[in-house]
Order: sequence, then C-alpha cells, then structure tokens
Amino acid sequence: MLRFVARRLLLTIPLLVGISLISFLMIHMAPGGPISLTTDLNPRATAEARTRLEKYYGLDKPLHVQYGRWLARMATLDFGESFSPDGRPVAEKIRERIPITLTINILSMGLIFLVAIPIGIYSAVRQGSLFDRVSTVFVFTGFSIPTFWLALLLMILFGVKLGWLPISGIGSLEYQSLTVMGKIADRARHLLLPVLLAGFTGLAGMSRYMRSNMLEVIRQDYIASARAKGLPERRVIYIHAMRNAILPVITILGLSVPELLGGSVIFETIFAIPGMGQLFYQGVMARDYPLIMGILTIGAFLTLLGNLLADVGYALADPRIRQG
Amino acid sequence: MRRTPRRIAALPALVLLAVLAGCGGGKKETPPEIAAAVPDVPAYGDMIVEGSIGGISGFLSAVTSDAASHEAAGYVFNGLVRYDKDLKLEGELAKSWEVSPDGRKITFHLRKGVKWQDGAPFTSEDVMFTYRRMIDPRTPTAYAEDFKQVRRASAPDPYTFIVEYARSFAPALASWGMHVLPKHLLEKYPDISKSPLNKKPVGTGPYRFVEWKTGEKVVYDANPGYFEGKPYIARVITRIIPDQATMFLELKSGGVDIMTLTPPQYTRQTDTPDFRTSFNKYKYLASAYTYLGFRLSHPFFKDRRVRQAIAFAADKKALIDGVLLGLGQEATGPYKPGTWAYNPNVRKYPHDPARAKALLAEAGWKENNGTLVRDGRPFEFTVLTNAGNEARAKTAAILQQNLAEIGITMKIRTVEWAAFINQFIDKRDFDAVILGWSLTPDPDQYDIWHSSKTGPKELNFVGFVNPEVDTLLEEGRSTFDIEKRKKAYFRIQEILAEEQPYVFLYVPDALPVVQKRFHGIHPAPAGISYNFPKWYVPKALQKYRIQP
Amino acid sequence: MSGNAGIRRDFARRLLRNRLTVAGGLVIALFFLVAAFPALFTSQNPDRIDVATILQPPSAAHPLGTDDLGRDVLSRVVYGARVSMKVGFVAVGIATSVGLVIGLLSGFYGRRVDAVLMRFVDIMLCFPTFFLILSVIAFLSPSIVNIMVVIGLTGWMGVARLVRAETLSLKERDFVAAARAQGAGTLRIIFRHVLPNTLAPILVAATLGVAGAILTESALSFLGIGVQPPTPSWGNILTVGKNYIEFAWWLSLFPGLAILITVLGYNLLGEGIRDAADPRLKGR
Repeated sequence: MLRFVARRLLLTIPLLVGISLISFLMIHMAPGGPISLTTDLNPRATAEARTRLEKYYGLDKPLHVQYGRWLARMATLDFGESFSPDGRPVAEKIRERIPITLTINILSMGLIFLVAIPIGIYSAVRQGSLFDRVSTVFVFTGFSIPTFWLALLLMILFGVKLGWLPISGIGSLEYQSLTVMGKIADRARHLLLPVLLAGFTGLAGMSRYMRSNMLEVIRQDYIASARAKGLPERRVIYIHAMRNAILPVITILGLSVPELLGGSVIFETIFAIPGMGQLFYQGVMARDYPLIMGILTIGAFLTLLGNLLADVGYALADPRIRQG
Repeated sequence: MRRTPRRIAALPALVLLAVLAGCGGGKKETPPEIAAAVPDVPAYGDMIVEGSIGGISGFLSAVTSDAASHEAAGYVFNGLVRYDKDLKLEGELAKSWEVSPDGRKITFHLRKGVKWQDGAPFTSEDVMFTYRRMIDPRTPTAYAEDFKQVRRASAPDPYTFIVEYARSFAPALASWGMHVLPKHLLEKYPDISKSPLNKKPVGTGPYRFVEWKTGEKVVYDANPGYFEGKPYIARVITRIIPDQATMFLELKSGGVDIMTLTPPQYTRQTDTPDFRTSFNKYKYLASAYTYLGFRLSHPFFKDRRVRQAIAFAADKKALIDGVLLGLGQEATGPYKPGTWAYNPNVRKYPHDPARAKALLAEAGWKENNGTLVRDGRPFEFTVLTNAGNEARAKTAAILQQNLAEIGITMKIRTVEWAAFINQFIDKRDFDAVILGWSLTPDPDQYDIWHSSKTGPKELNFVGFVNPEVDTLLEEGRSTFDIEKRKKAYFRIQEILAEEQPYVFLYVPDALPVVQKRFHGIHPAPAGISYNFPKWYVPKALQKYRIQP
Repeated sequence: MSGNAGIRRDFARRLLRNRLTVAGGLVIALFFLVAAFPALFTSQNPDRIDVATILQPPSAAHPLGTDDLGRDVLSRVVYGARVSMKVGFVAVGIATSVGLVIGLLSGFYGRRVDAVLMRFVDIMLCFPTFFLILSVIAFLSPSIVNIMVVIGLTGWMGVARLVRAETLSLKERDFVAAARAQGAGTLRIIFRHVLPNTLAPILVAATLGVAGAILTESALSFLGIGVQPPTPSWGNILTVGKNYIEFAWWLSLFPGLAILITVLGYNLLGEGIRDAADPRLKGR
C-alpha cells in the first residue's frame, strides 16, 4: 500500500513540471505585459517610468531565465510576488483565498454525494419509472442552467423578496462582534445559497454515474444468485449491489475538483465571495503573471491531490488492488 | 439507508437558520413616515456602506493607478491642495500659497497643528520626503513626471515648503494634490510600495484605517483629531461586489447604502414610489467624455472632409438617448460643459446625413448601390473598442447604423483592454477607436494633443499635428493667468472642432444613489463626495450603533 | 449473429423507447430548424436599433420584448441560436478531431508515443478547463473564432482516451491480425474496425460537448469576454439582461430559457445514446 502511494506521488512530479511549463509558456505568449495597465493611456506616465517598472519586475531578462528562476522558486512554494501594486507574495494571496474556495467546494461535494448517490441508486432500481424520469430531468436541469442566472433568481427570491438569506458576501458587517455560535450561523447563512447552487449544478455527473454503475452491477450474476438464495430485495440492493457500485463513484469525486475550481470563477463573482476563482479572474485581467501561474499550479496540484486520494480510497476499498 | 429522512432533515435546518436571521446585532430600520418628521440636525454616529465593483490594490496612491485604490486612499490621506465644490483649487494641508510673478516659484504655507493619525506632527519635512520619493527611481510610480519638473525644493521652516520650476508650469499646482506621506513611518523603506503602510495606511485624513480583508471589504473609522473637525459618520465600509446586478440587489435589501447606477437602472428600475422613499438619486455631469478617434494617417481619414462628414452622420442625440437614456450631454470638444475652460461657441455637427454625403462626394466618394466607393474601393473600416464596456459597445452599434445609412460600412471589433493597448494602440494598428478620456479639472491637455506626443506608447496616438495648437498648448500651461489660459484653450477647441481628429460624442452623467437617511449632501460641479466628512445621519434615523 | 444491422436496429429501438431521449432529440431538431432557417421564425432585423423603443415588454410588435437598444428580442434569440450552433459544432468538431488523432496515434503506435501522449493528456486534465479558457481568451481577443478554437482545444482529452482504449483493445484482436495478414493497411483497419466501435461514445461526447460549449460561451459572456455585441449570442443577451432582471424580466428569461432548454435537450439526448449503447457494450 505504501509503495502504491509512494509510486503515485513520484509520478506527480513530472506532471507538476509539465504543468508549470505549460502555464509559463501560455501566459508569456500573451500580448500585453503586466506593466500595461499601470502606465498605458495614463497621462502622467512616461516611457522612462515604464522602463523602470519593467526592470523592477525582471521582465527585461530572456524567457528561459525567467522560467528557470520561477521553477526554482516554485519548488519551495515561493511563487514570487504579485505584479499588482500591493506586491505581496503570491503564495500569501493564494493562501488567504484558498480556505473559502475549498470550504465551498468541499461542502458542495458533500452535498452532491449525499443527494446524488440515493438518486442514482433509486433511479437504477426503478429504471424507467416516473421517479427515474423526473430525477433525470431534475439533475440535468441543474447541469444545463446558466449558473449566474439561477444565482440571481435565487438571490431575488430568498434575499430580496423573502429576506431569509443574505444576498452576497461571506459574512455580515457585524461579524466580528458576534459570538462563536453567531459567527458559525452567520457564515452558514451566507454560504447556504452558493453551496446549494454549486451542489445542484454538480448533481448530474455523480448521480448518472451512480445510476449506470448500479445498473451494471444489478445485472451481474452474483446479484441474481443472491436473489436466488432468497435474500430480501432490500439487502440485495442496498448491501451487495450498492457496495460494489459505489466504489468507482469515489474516484469521480476526486475528478470533479478541476470542474468545481473552474466554476468557482463565476460563483465567486456573482456572490461576491473573496475566493481563489475571483482572484484568478482579476489576475488574468491584470496580466499578473506570477499570480496566474501560481493559481494554475495550485489548481493542478489540488486536482492531482484529488485524484490521488480517489485512487487511494479506491485501493483501500477494493481488496484486489490492495494486494497488488 | 432511506433517502427521504435526509431530505426532510434539511428543512428544519433551513427553518432554524431563517429564525437566526432575526438575530443580527445592533441595527434597525426607520419607517419612512417617521423619517420625514425627524429634525434635520447633524449628529455623530452611524455607518455608511458603499459598494465597489473593483477591489483595491494598495493605499499609497503614488504606486497604484486604479480609481478604486485612489478613492480608498482619499479617506486616509490629504494633499497640499484639493478641488472645492466648484472644481477650483483650494488648500488642504496647505493653508495658502503664493505663486511668484514669473510663475516659477510656488510657496506653500502649511497648516499648523495637523497631526498624523499616530499622533506625530505634520511638517514640511513630510512634504519634502514625499517629493523626494516621487522622483526616486526606486519608487514604482507612474506619476513622477510632474514632480521631475521641479528644479529645486526647499523647506526653510516646518510650515513652509517652496518649489521652483525651470519654467512657469500651471499644472504644477494641481500636482500637489498628491497625497503627502509620513516621513517618520516610511523613511526606512527604500521602496514605499513594499512598506506596511501600503496595506495599513496612516495619514492625516478624515478617516483612519481599521481593517482590509482583500477582495471582501475595507473598514475605516472617523478620525477624531481631523484638522477640519471630526467627521459625522462614524464608520465607512467599502464592500467589494464584483457584479452590478448583485450590488443593486444589495442596495435594495439594505446591504449597501451608496452605489453608482447605470442609466436604465436610474430611469426605469428605480422609479417606484417604494424606492423613492428610501433612496435619493443624484445626477451631475461626469468628468469624462467618449469619442470616436481616427488614425489620421489612414488614407480615408487623412481628409478632413471625411472626418467632418462622419461627425455629421453620427446621431449624437440618438447616442445620448440610446446609450445614456438621455442622461448626458453632447460633447463638442475635450472639455466638460460648465467648466471655465469650456468653449460653448465652437462649430457644431448636428445630425445631417445629407450634408455628410455632400462632403463625402466632395472628397471623391461616389454612391454605388447604397455603398460609397472611390477608385473601386468601398468605404469600409473597422472600429476598435475594449471588451466588457457596455456603453462603448452600444455606442459602436448605434454609430454602425448611422454610418450604414450614408453608405459607410463600419465593422466593430472588441478587444480585451490589455491586448487593446499593446497590440493596437501602441503599434498604431487601427483604423478608428471608440474610447474615452477622464478629465482632470486642470485644462492642460498637452500630452494628448501636442505633436511631440505622437511617439509609440504616447497619448497622441491618433497622430494629431497642428502647429497653432502646439503653440497654444505651450502657452496654456506656462501661465497662471486664468484669462490668458482661457483664451488659449478656447482657441484650441475652435481648431479641434474644425479639424475633428476625434468625433466628440458625449459626456455622460454620473448617477450615484444614496440611502435617504444620509443628509448633508449638496450636488455641485464637483459631484457629491467633495464634502463627505460633512455628511451625517440625524440621531433618530441612525441605523447602525457603532461602538467607539 | 444478426451482425451490424441487427445491432443498429436494436440500438435505435432502445433509443426511441426512452421518452426523455426523444424529447431531447425533438428539442435539438427544433434548435437546428431555428438556426438554419431563422426567417421562418422572425421577420425582424436583429440588429435594427430603435432608440425610441428601448426595453419594452413583450407586445404584438415584439413578442419577446425589446432590449436595451430597442432591438427585437425574438429575432436576437433566433439569430443567437445560429451563433450557439456555430460555437458548439466547431468547438466539438475540433475537439473530436484532435482527440481522434491523438487517441489513434497513442493506441496504434503504443510504447513511447503512447507514454508521451498520455502524459500530455494527464497534464492537460489537471488544469481546471475554465481557467485555461479564460486565460487564453482574455490574452487573445474574444472573437467567435478564438472562443471556438479554445473550447475545442481544451476538450479533446476525453475523446482521446476513449479512442486510445478502443484502439488498444482492438489491436490485439484476432480479426485485426487476420486483416493484416490479408494485407489490409492501417487506415483500413481504422475505418472499418476502430471507428465503428468508438462511434457511440464519441457521439455521446460530442453531444455533451455541444451542450458544454453553449454554457461555456454564456459564462464567458458573463465575464465580458464571450461573443461580443452587437453580434447576438444567448450568453451576451442574458448578461445584459441580468442587470435588469427585475423590471425587464424578458431580457433574461428568454435567453436563459433558450440556453436551458437547448442544453438540456443535448444532455438528455447524449445520455440517451449512452444508455442505448450501454447494454450492448456491457454484453461483451
């Protein structure tokens, strides 16, 4: 087992290097350097100021030198300093934004897990029934609806018309003065809509996968033989079949990390959540190279982590792999 | 393993949370009927929440360049001078100043008794320090140019600061609106952008910094020792809300007290009696204008008649009605109507397609099946503008229709801002652009119209060259005499109107909306925020209880 | 025993039996109709600006209302279908082609080629796709062509893996060895054996891909870098409409519904194809 994990970890290193190379190349092919926004069309800036700033950021060195420097620092998780005027270390900026993005993603993955599995199972057991059809439309609606539109509709309903939930942000203005319980409740109220929405849009993948797995398992011989043995249907389904069908679904969880991260850009913008997605968008618009590369790398790293955990979980659960 | 219990379990949680909704601490709303009867007496207290689309990048204005950051810095810092409600310069940290007769020396007399928010006294050493850092190559600032014109600066005593320029330089005075930095807190940092003050500022201004959660909010508390008197509103919070639709919803539900509206929001979405009882809308001319700029070396646009024809073809009233919903004015030149340098009597170009066609015919363009053709070439060009700007996109669409009516095909291409500047503007790779300028109160526009500013990355990117305008620009900036400057700028506007290097389109209105409980707001040419420290909420209307 | 024809008939029967799939198929047929023959659905010019009729609610003259420049919303939604179709199809076309080529190369030549290519696929799969799309579009310009190409170039990985798996498994089969012995070239083997087997999963991927492309365009529009106005796209109409969602509800409801129903249709159809093909695959 340990060897399995170690081997997988080793494999991730060349992947990480490849990732950093691709992201570096990509953003340096982009027209418009980071200086442009500070000085272009700014009546009070001059060519001299521009050269000063270029030297200051090290942009006057050749490409491979820049990449080498970046790669060396990345090994120590030092992504350099952001090009934005606050000049803070990229790692710091990411570090303060990651918790909220991860929280929302983990909570919504949990929600998806809790809701999609039962839906998938029941749809498979009752294939073709009304429930199967309605739930199919339901989960696919979540998958097919433009998220920002649904977000606004829900905000209007719950925030403006009913006044039950806050509209945006992650905390009330008086957050600091609340008790611990108050803080938790406040945070929960603010995250309720985003998590529900993220969950709703992500239901389809997992529930359909669960359903098709379940369908396959049900047709297997050992299920038929369990039935023949006279076991109650409920045991057959929920114990034998489900246990085998659920394993592959765990891997899906890990694979959904990049999608959730990508979707966070829209989410965090519409809900005014100060997370990594929003930071990335701002970084792209501002050509903040170190920040962009840092987030792409971290995002890829999180994906690799998700995959690794999924693989490990699968290996733990499936004795056949454990032996090997 | 039943799935139903889990779904039902969600319900009580939701109810519980809704109940908790009632338990926010320390705020109440006053019904409008009571609000109207309350005595209008300035009182200390309460809090204002403003919504901002963009986050800020730092508090030291010298090293930031976005409007949001400068606005934030403005709560905490002061300059030597500032603009009053009529957009005239008045003293801020400088009590008064004298300009020498030859215009080369400015002597500032600084206020006495002003303290930095950490208690240290403000003196001319701070001004000298600020000046030195502005011209210091280690400071990553884009605003050094004005300060490099200074030949000599001296601080003979703690309350006097003298600057001498090589030549009389009128915009110099306005440049001293730059925020003054505290020497005692910054001198040990060679690069001020890396100092802690960029994240935790300490200034002399009406508000002191409390907290900054990046991307989320900034909090300021009133500075009790502010030299103009403690501000009435006890706390200011800026909430970062990147989406306009979300921000409007927050406004309606009380999460935001002040924001800028778009024209449709101003005219249609906020016209209900309900809205009017809770909010005050303001409208005043903004300090910016939008234009269609031509690359003057383009074979089509070299000819002045063509540019004038396009000016006649452009339906500016339709633009103002369509893009601004009537909330703006036609622009006839690069100045804001109502300011002292604005010349109302220049040549105008009312919507006249017939006249446009006549001019184009003179320039050799013949009509052929609805399109204009010359030497076998149809009149087609591409206009560039930046992506994500709704007003400019609409402007382009309307102009496209206007020009199609007289046989000109204008294609629209939108490019993302950074690429726009680097690939097209800087390389002069464009036919025409739709852009805007924001205007500073000082009328000097040397950098935009002077023939020496046509180099790559410089601001006269259309390539306008006119010796008379050159001379007038030089005259305008080298004297402090308002009448002389006025003459020069008036003549410049006449020439620009005649030459049409841009078709000047419109000046939009600024459309702030403020929650009704805030009193003391008096719209003026400078807008509404010029007297922000004097805004207040009468005691009975205060919504937030702020612990001091 | 019944051969290819029998399998296909079986497949079609299963497909048609699922009512949801049929519904999805009908929606898509309608979508094609609207995109291909817009004149059937509207007689107005989607670009005709009329400053006097800005933001009017639905009426006889304008069944879906007018937008913020007085343009007829129905005609813009109809012509927007065309844009969506273009974006979806070209993007998916690119993704499928690239995926096919890489998958085939990987499966056929195996060993080194396979290792390198699959590593490349792994790396690409690590990036949150939307992050990549966002960066590239922002760095270049938000033109329709760029959007189509970028969505295509970031979505080929699934197809590549599918095709590779199929190719690998087929390579070892007896009938392939037999065909080779008979002198059949590589291309022939690909076309006669590999492709038909991968058709169903590729079709599923393509259908779902079009759905994804339409949604991605609307997300890009929301961020300001989707298809740019005045060209109508469902995404950019919805983005303008969202700011006036309460009083000019028609400007967000109709494009939103258009996206929802069309994407739903594609998803249902794709799922239906997968379901119908499923038991046959499982039967091996």
